[in-house]
Amino acid sequence: MSALDPAQFADRAARRARLFTRINKLDGWFQVLGLSFVTPLLRALAGDNPAAQMKHIWRLLAVPLLAIALFLMLWATLAPRVVTSLGAIPGPAQVREQAQVLHADHVAERTKAAEFQLRQDARNAELVAAGQADRVRERAYTGSPTYYAQIWTSVQTVFFGFLIATAIAVPLGILAGLSPTANAALNPLIQIFKPVSPLAWLPIVTMVVSAVYVTQDGVFSKSFLTSAITVTLCSLWPTLINTSLGVASIDRDLISVSRVLQLNTWTKITRLVLPSALPLIFTGLRLSLGVGWMVLIAAEMLAQNPGLGKFIWDEFQNGSSSSLARIMVAVFTIGIIGFILDRLMFALQSLFTFSNNR
Amino acid sequence: MIRKLAFTALISAIASQSGADTLPEIEDLTLGFIKLTDMAPLAIAYEKGYFEDEGLYVTLEAQANWKVLLDGVIDGNLHGAHMLAGQPLAATIGFGTQAHIVTPFVFDLNGNATTVSNEVWALMRPAIPSDAEGKPVHPISAEALRPALEAFAAQGRPFNLGMVFPVSTHNFEQRYWLAAGGIHPGYYSPDNSAGQIGGEVLLSVTPPPQMPATLEAGTISGYTVGEPWNQQAVAMGIGVPVATDLDIFPMRAEKVLGLRADFVEENPNTVKALTRALIRAAMWLDDNDNANRMEAVQIISSPNYVGADPVVLANSMTGTFEYEKGDIRPVPDFNVFFRYQANYPFTSDAVWYLTQMRRWGQIPEAKPDAWYTETAQSVFLSDIYLDAAQSLVDDGLAPAEAFPFGSDGYRTEPSRAIDALPFDGRSPNAYIDSLAIGLKGDQRVIGNEVQG
Repeated sequence: MSALDPAQFADRAARRARLFTRINKLDGWFQVLGLSFVTPLLRALAGDNPAAQMKHIWRLLAVPLLAIALFLMLWATLAPRVVTSLGAIPGPAQVREQAQVLHADHVAERTKAAEFQLRQDARNAELVAAGQADRVRERAYTGSPTYYAQIWTSVQTVFFGFLIATAIAVPLGILAGLSPTANAALNPLIQIFKPVSPLAWLPIVTMVVSAVYVTQDGVFSKSFLTSAITVTLCSLWPTLINTSLGVASIDRDLISVSRVLQLNTWTKITRLVLPSALPLIFTGLRLSLGVGWMVLIAAEMLAQNPGLGKFIWDEFQNGSSSSLARIMVAVFTIGIIGFILDRLMFALQSLFTFSNNR
Repeated sequence: MIRKLAFTALISAIASQSGADTLPEIEDLTLGFIKLTDMAPLAIAYEKGYFEDEGLYVTLEAQANWKVLLDGVIDGNLHGAHMLAGQPLAATIGFGTQAHIVTPFVFDLNGNATTVSNEVWALMRPAIPSDAEGKPVHPISAEALRPALEAFAAQGRPFNLGMVFPVSTHNFEQRYWLAAGGIHPGYYSPDNSAGQIGGEVLLSVTPPPQMPATLEAGTISGYTVGEPWNQQAVAMGIGVPVATDLDIFPMRAEKVLGLRADFVEENPNTVKALTRALIRAAMWLDDNDNANRMEAVQIISSPNYVGADPVVLANSMTGTFEYEKGDIRPVPDFNVFFRYQANYPFTSDAVWYLTQMRRWGQIPEAKPDAWYTETAQSVFLSDIYLDAAQSLVDDGLAPAEAFPFGSDGYRTEPSRAIDALPFDGRSPNAYIDSLAIGLKGDQRVIGNEVQG
């Protein structure tokens, strides 16, 4: 059969059209994940006007890569010129080396934990064999947290603080948005407490947590609570302000609809107010999470919560020759995790909000 | 004396029981430490499994500073800690927070040095005699500091020195060195705990890990601290060590294992197990003429123990010390963990610390000799140590000659202090009166002056 058989041609054209549609749909997901350069690549591969796609690929992929390469080169040349008392500022190579060392430390610590578990099992087996089953104990390994454990602690703390902040800020924001009186009442307090730095809140929060949280075997440790509450105090303001703004700027027509239908307050809020205000609420949440992540590192440094902030502080105090490089590894980790968190919120936002063209 | 007898009776009663009664009452312990080279026995006991051998499961937590550490033990957040030898004594007599803290184990002897900034060293150097190779002759007396003090006074600048804690061994060592060189370091009074009354130099507290940074910033012109922070200053090029423990007042208890008295009474088996594990760690550290020291350096250079570079830690741990950059001298007994009966809590060491506390006014009024002896023996519990040591000897884990069984608690070697003054632990008041600078007899500090 010739390649120009009309039936096959129409078939292939239909398949290509479906492929393009699928790529367009996937484009939404790639954008959310920050991989928007994949779409023009796929399109070019599928044959959709490859020349035009080259322009997109250049802008979305090649230019960022070039910029990163340029940054790395600048860093590698300029860094060794600045000599501090802890040695020269580390370049990319040393930072990568320290990242590998941190991973190796983690692996070594896991090995020790596994050996400890084996020893414990052996000991318990001996006890049972000797007829002393009541002395059998299961203990957690008492080593210090590794880098990955510290990252996880930081993430847990920021989410805990962020969730408390959301639980406080969203209802207050709705109240302030719906009622001009409430807005007038809350506004001065918001304006005064919004600019306060986490480092100023920390001593107060520490004292309050020490006084109030006195159980010795609580689920949370005091440093965890102190850090999380500091994150809450600093990150609830963007959500609060954006929520009240979003609620206040609902289309007047929708408010009239609620009056006509005589909706009770709960239905009005859940069916009308929240869905309309969601885009701005999510903007606020995204901002809050970003602020919270920044605040967390400072709070952890001072509250000594075993996360990334404490890692940086301990490295600084240790003052070894690899300290600066390790601190830079932490800086990059913080940046990358912040980026991931932001993308997460962006994805959630895309899921829950509709564009203006319904 | 009576307390000593009661303890002995209690311990022998417990020791005579067998089987399950010798198990530790508490198996999960949290011990605090400060990031200094001499926390090594704790790290070694953990990493080498000595704690686990004794049935103890220990979490080691680095503390931010000595005050937080002491509060942690007093509040019960920490079961015990790597403490300055003066802390249990001061807490028991009520200087600072009052609490009966005791110790059955001494971590090490020596281990400290005094470092001055490059600026001060330049002012001191002309006054110090040089040897045939042009290097400064050690030990350096504090008299050499006089030109620096005068230069600072001419510029109207205060001469600030850092030390680690008001009752730290470093504070007393620094003051001893200064006083031996004719420089007045300042008094404490019941109303003024800064310790700078009448002083020609101003001593203040800085946590050990922050000392190099503070020296670099010029906030202090020198400090006395334990390793690795002196060698760290040399490595960073910001200071020069001028005197070590061994020059000033060698072979005296430096850090101790601090525990609350009620914890010790309620958990004798735990304390015995802890002491045994730490003795074994100390033995390992000094074993075979310090053969294991390099491995110890690798262990404690881990960021969760001391964290400094192994190169910086290695010097003092392996018996050398770098004074000026490049001037490395052998100091084999810089850190002593087991040798010379280092772990035995000598009553005379405790008495020496108490005399220094009296000398500088932390003990505001004169006390009779018997008070010194009683206080020392209520804090330094040598019986618990000897009991643990005996059990190790019985188990074949340690040689009997290494321990001073039968000692009465007073050191027999003559003191080799920098000013060659003899110290007899049995006559503390006579000793206090023999020191040139310092409170004597019934003197007190009232307001800004000495009366009596």
